[in-house]
Amino acid sequence: MGKRVGIEVSIAAADAVASTDVDVVAAYPITPQTHIVEHLSELVNNGELDAEFIPVESEHSAMSVCCGSSAAGARTFTCTSSQGLALMNEIVFIAPGLRLPIVMILANRSLSGPLSIWNDHTDVMSIRDCGWIQVFAETGQEVYDHVLFSFRVAEDPAVSLPVILNMDGFILTHVIEPIEYWEPEQVKRYLPDFKPVNALDPDRPTTVGAFGLPGIYSEAKKAQDEALIHSKEHILKAWEELGQVVGRHYKPVETHLTEGAETVFLTMGSIGQTVAMAVERLRDRGEPAGLVKLRLWRPFPFEELRDAVRGAKRIIVIDRAISYGGTGGPVASEIRSALYGEDHMPAVTNFICGLAGRDVTPDDYIAMYERSLEMTQSKVGQEDSVFYGVRE
Amino acid sequence: MEAVNVYAARILEKQEYFKPGHRACQGCAEALAVRLVAKALGNNVIVASATGCMEIISSPLPFTNWDVPWIHVAFENTAAVLSGAESAYKALARKGRIKDRGTVFLGMGGDGATTDIGLQALSGAFERGHSFVYVCYDNEAYMNTGIQRSSSTPFGASTTTSPAGKKVPGQITWKKNMAEIAVAHNVPYVATACASYPFDLMEKVQKAARTPGPAYIHILSVCPTGWRIPPSKSIWIGRLAVETGIFPLFEVEDGRYRITVDVPEMRPVEEYLKPQGRFRHLTPEITARIQERVDFEYRKLVAKTQFKF
Ligand SMILES: Cc1ncc(C[n+]2csc(CCOP(=O)(O)OP(=O)(O)O)c2C)c(N)n1
Ligand code: SF4
Ligand SMILES: [Mg+2]
Repeated sequence: MGKRVGIEVSIAAADAVASTDVDVVAAYPITPQTHIVEHLSELVNNGELDAEFIPVESEHSAMSVCCGSSAAGARTFTCTSSQGLALMNEIVFIAPGLRLPIVMILANRSLSGPLSIWNDHTDVMSIRDCGWIQVFAETGQEVYDHVLFSFRVAEDPAVSLPVILNMDGFILTHVIEPIEYWEPEQVKRYLPDFKPVNALDPDRPTTVGAFGLPGIYSEAKKAQDEALIHSKEHILKAWEELGQVVGRHYKPVETHLTEGAETVFLTMGSIGQTVAMAVERLRDRGEPAGLVKLRLWRPFPFEELRDAVRGAKRIIVIDRAISYGGTGGPVASEIRSALYGEDHMPAVTNFICGLAGRDVTPDDYIAMYERSLEMTQSKVGQEDSVFYGVRE
Repeated sequence: MEAVNVYAARILEKQEYFKPGHRACQGCAEALAVRLVAKALGNNVIVASATGCMEIISSPLPFTNWDVPWIHVAFENTAAVLSGAESAYKALARKGRIKDRGTVFLGMGGDGATTDIGLQALSGAFERGHSFVYVCYDNEAYMNTGIQRSSSTPFGASTTTSPAGKKVPGQITWKKNMAEIAVAHNVPYVATACASYPFDLMEKVQKAARTPGPAYIHILSVCPTGWRIPPSKSIWIGRLAVETGIFPLFEVEDGRYRITVDVPEMRPVEEYLKPQGRFRHLTPEITARIQERVDFEYRKLVAKTQFKF
């Protein structure tokens, strides 16, 4: 078993990246991601990590450097937040099209304007359909474990897709948690050397990034979609083996007290911890409440979600982003459509809260629970999406 | 292969790495320049290309004209993609996972990709000092999207977004001097070239490849479609650009300037402007203004070659 240390999660995340013997790191600083890249450059400059650290002039170039590096066969990492993600957006969509297994930590933060450096999920929801594998971590330990997991899945020759690991800004990036580090043998056992499927190599010339006429574009894109869908079996295997190596077990959808639950919360990321406290208190009061946590966002875990909410009459989806003028929060609208047509489809109510780092306490979740009991029938549309705790 | 100019035709290898069968227009001197650059570098090379004419004509999935590894990611990020590939090779060679064989990293982009939208990425890559050769194929407009003006479009030229109108006579800004911008980054090797002078061009490419750190070559690339000339006149127009002093061929090695193709007797710029449809509307007054500017710029360049270190 690895040693357990009390450490800032960002530093632990960077140490986890370094433990993979990463070859190239390209990044541009932005709060709350900064401590991760600062620590990586420190490790490189102290000779503790043999990697190229490329201090690029923008996030657009960070992702572009990552594309060149990954295509040339190097294990490649980057990290950003919010405006940085928005600036690199164009290239974020290209990387999976080129099947480049880049790993990116996204320290989630709100998008401007107004400018805010604090945590919510408006950044990641802006790239929902970018084609990356996307997972959410709830605790510092999960971040650490999922760095290893992300490289393992991305570089699996049967997957060869980039992975985004979401960690909530400040709530995870800037807290000190006890984290169990992996031993080098454990890393070695879990993460094989990166052997690219197709590297830029003068001995085997390949053309990467050709352009697609109407006669072939759809085929190329369908193939990409299938690659993402089929990555799931490898994701499940990677979690299973992670459990065998370090004894922590992860699933695409986690449940807490859902046995006999009539109303379940659905969360993503670190707020799962707070909602769990609320659910426990509701249970103590005899309320049939439960909690479902989505860890895997893409590929979307349809079956696991349906299993997790089976028997529930009502789902309270907590969204930390807005779809302006749309069909509710982005997570709620996905959950509705994932369950649409199911026998005994639960009513889906939706609260948008915790934007830009605003505190949401267990009491608040209990209040949402009580309010949701009045919102019985789910309609598709905005009516059931409620901004919680906003002054009007 | 020093002074390849003298006996070049005989010692050039026959092998092509930018293969025939691409879809460039007839008489495209940009495609010709790409071919010469590829030939000069041989096969131990990795190419990163920007979006633009040369990318579109050479990589329609599932075909390719490239017999060397080639990557295209987007329009404005070629220098960054190239930085990534170069850094990857550096790291992998240091860790003993690949053999260091002195592979050359070649970036290619049009004038739009280089002087406008990709200038930031290129500046960053220059400043970080990656070892690569970046070639700008300057056909003086965004040709791929239909002849729109760029910051490299010359004064007076009519394009689809700087049309010669009743009030405004086409482009009314002076061409951005990208080679000087590269020099200002202390790039150790900077040169201009033109496919009408193929051996001068190839020699510069090889010199650039031998230079440790970044190198920049700015190639004037005649585009008969956008410049509105017959395809058969491309090489001739390229020569006139040099002989009128509009596009002098020079190189800058560690700050030292040298004119590589001497023009003992400068021709009047009118001889260059007249045959081109994009300049058809120019009045004698505008032509005179251009002449004045060309003379001034040329004198400045000559003065730089005379600087004593
Ligand atoms: C971000 C972005 N903006 C605009 C375009 C459209 N576009 C593609 S190629 C091109 C012009 C290319 O001009 P240049 O770099 O001079 O190359 P040329 O085609 O002239 O060789 C433009 C505007 C794009 N692909 N991406
Ligand atoms: S438009 Fe000009 S640069 Fe583009 S392929 Fe045709 S001739 Fe060449
Ligand atoms: Mg152009």
